[in-house]
Amino acid sequence: MLFAPLSPPQMHIPDGFLSLGIALGLWIVTIIVIAISLQRVSKDLGPRQVPMMGVVAAAIFAGQMLNFPVAGGTSGHLLGAALATILLGPYAAVLVMTCVLGVQALLFQDGGLLALGANIFNMGIVGVVVTHFVYRTVRNLGGGKPWTIFVGGFLSAWLSVVCGALITALELALSGTTPANIAIPAMGGIHVLIGLGEGLITAGALAFLYVTRPDLLKIGEEKPAGSGIWLAGLVIAVAIAIASPLASSFPDGLEWVAEQQGFLTNAQNAPYHIIPDYVFPGIQNEALATIVAGIVGTLIVGGVAFGIAYARRNRSATTNYETIAK
Amino acid sequence: MHHTIDVENLIFKYPDGTHALDGISFHIAPGEKVALVGPNGAGKSTLILHLNGILQGQGMVRVAGLEVIEKNFARVRAAVGLVFQDPDDQLFSPTVFDDVAFGPIYQGLSEAEVRTRVSTALHAVQMQDFAPRVSHHLSVGQKKRISIATVLSMQPEILVLDEPTAGLDPRGRRELIQLLRELPQTMLIATHDLHMVAELLPRTLVMDNGRIAADGNTLALLNDDALLRAHGLEKP
Amino acid sequence: MHVHFLDPYHNGTSLIHQLDPRVKLVFTLAFIVTASLLPFGAWAAYILLLAIVFSVELLSDLGIRYVLKRAFLATPFVLAAFPLIFTVPGVPLFSFSIGPWTLTVTLEGVERLLSIAFKSWVAVQMAIVLAATTSFPQLLQAMRGIGIPRLLVAIIGLMWRYIFVLADEVLRLLRARAARSGASPEIGKRVGGSIAWRARTTGGMAGNLMMRGFERGDRIYAAMSARGYDGEVRAFPLPPVPRIQWLGLGGAVIVLLLILSLGILLTR
Repeated sequence: MLFAPLSPPQMHIPDGFLSLGIALGLWIVTIIVIAISLQRVSKDLGPRQVPMMGVVAAAIFAGQMLNFPVAGGTSGHLLGAALATILLGPYAAVLVMTCVLGVQALLFQDGGLLALGANIFNMGIVGVVVTHFVYRTVRNLGGGKPWTIFVGGFLSAWLSVVCGALITALELALSGTTPANIAIPAMGGIHVLIGLGEGLITAGALAFLYVTRPDLLKIGEEKPAGSGIWLAGLVIAVAIAIASPLASSFPDGLEWVAEQQGFLTNAQNAPYHIIPDYVFPGIQNEALATIVAGIVGTLIVGGVAFGIAYARRNRSATTNYETIAK
Repeated sequence: MHHTIDVENLIFKYPDGTHALDGISFHIAPGEKVALVGPNGAGKSTLILHLNGILQGQGMVRVAGLEVIEKNFARVRAAVGLVFQDPDDQLFSPTVFDDVAFGPIYQGLSEAEVRTRVSTALHAVQMQDFAPRVSHHLSVGQKKRISIATVLSMQPEILVLDEPTAGLDPRGRRELIQLLRELPQTMLIATHDLHMVAELLPRTLVMDNGRIAADGNTLALLNDDALLRAHGLEKP
Repeated sequence: MHVHFLDPYHNGTSLIHQLDPRVKLVFTLAFIVTASLLPFGAWAAYILLLAIVFSVELLSDLGIRYVLKRAFLATPFVLAAFPLIFTVPGVPLFSFSIGPWTLTVTLEGVERLLSIAFKSWVAVQMAIVLAATTSFPQLLQAMRGIGIPRLLVAIIGLMWRYIFVLADEVLRLLRARAARSGASPEIGKRVGGSIAWRARTTGGMAGNLMMRGFERGDRIYAAMSARGYDGEVRAFPLPPVPRIQWLGLGGAVIVLLLILSLGILLTR
């Protein structure tokens, strides 16, 4: 029961839903961002970084258990990227979200392992960049007055979820897993609502901290971020702005576009042309191959099961002998 | 012969200006076992954090013959084993072994030496079978014993413990007192557990409002009703 | 009350439990990559992957049923791929109308949906076996072994340690909230305040949790410093992977490559 609220609906992509190109491409982007963050965070936080980020990551993980009923059995809950960014600054927040999502994937299969790069990108990096961008902008526009903390926190948290969902839908569409003209409006629409929960909880958390520990709200502000993060924010915003309507306006979305251009088909088939055109020796067609595979598979599993049973029998025999000997 | 604690006129102010420590002075001789008692907020924990330089105030703190200043931190921290109140703060590593090995690794010992130290320390607290275990599955009593092992592995000359019996059930408390009795190190124990103080520690420092209110023989102090009442303590 | 059930590790002494964690992690990743690389509709190859994952489940002493019960996690996500049965062009199977729309289910669409679901299903099973047969400290070793930076591994190690502590605190907060969330005996009286109010209460708990996190972080830093921590993450070097396990891993990867080639050849 506790696991259910750990996974905000439709955001942690499992393995098998992304094409290898998309999954690996996003892994590369994610690794680069993590590497930069690792370098920057040492300068920002100093020797306190390991305990601080470790415990904040644990707090975010535990905080994702918090939920509140909205209506009709659905509930609002926390992803935490926005809160982490506002409290720790963007670089530490990227690392914290990486750890949270990594542990969720590795231990609870909440999101796949090959898809982890994409999930860190969608929920960690995009969330952090959007939050940093929006929160700083609202804070600056409002002249740093206290209300800008809550408005900025709410807006940035809400947008971080919406943008993350849109990018997730885009990746699924590009992978040919889901039609873009359905996925993007659907994911976007649902998360415009789900994001409200994130926004309200984030603003509520900031209100609590503003009263009890206002000093904590300043950690993320100490170091102004470099121009890199602004550029990244701009790139992501432009990508969403261009890709979303483009993707949903065509009959079968991006996939259709890609197929029209012939590039997806080529990209997918390229490696297979390396193997020359001949039929698998002894196996004439696919149906036969499937049957053979079924038989081989059954033999493998049966063999292992039999082997275990045999080994167990021996082991328990020895154990009994020892017990008797005593 | 250097395992002593000398504190002279130590003053520490919080960032908001209030005095947490307001001119503390005392001397602890080698092998002495001393209690540090006083109400919550008296400054006991703050004082303890000065003994290995985690906090630094004005005045002089000398531990095991070394002044507690930045260039001596590594040696001071090896000489003073500081055990914090909450074992969940003290035990921060994934396994018991990692936690007990942490100090020796940072002392720069070889892997073989570290393994010997860990095994000796766990033996001393009778938790030798727990090395591969994960800390969060242990009872409070077990965690407290392992917390002590995490500093014993550094082979300190002085042990400083914050509330070692807090949160323990009667049996766990009894076992812990037994363990503390057997350890040979110079000891300073901050606690509210005056029964333990009476049983284990011949000398007592009473702290209140950032000052040392009384310093002397435990039995004499614990029989001074006026003193105990003045500092919110109860006769055991 | 303690949150023991968060830990997916299942104690055991099976062959899979005894494998070096690095070998297990690399094999799991290779398996998942193979599943992802297989083209849609390569059923023969899929069955062989399933046979491998079932065998591993048997070898691990977990049993197939144990893993299958936990493998339903990806199910809601299949919904995202569901529209494919209408949108992938191909041989029409049947069509039906909802209001003004006519939807046609195609053979290729169904094949692609089932392929995605199947790939995800075998991948998640292998990941479950990894998590259930490898203790967290071993997983940390595996992470170091495949080159994840020490700093990140140290953060993950600390995070794991304190998830349990903070999850206990969350449960206490939730219980305190539940204990004070009484309903009025008056019939029809609205319960629980507005959604915004509920969100604010929950937000307050999140803020409370973050504050406790920061304060604990400070105390842990003090405890680490007291034992000589200087900001640099240090650990013992990892022991070498036994030769026989290297060979086993190599063999397993070759088998995966063969299955991959079979799948590709069959669907060209």
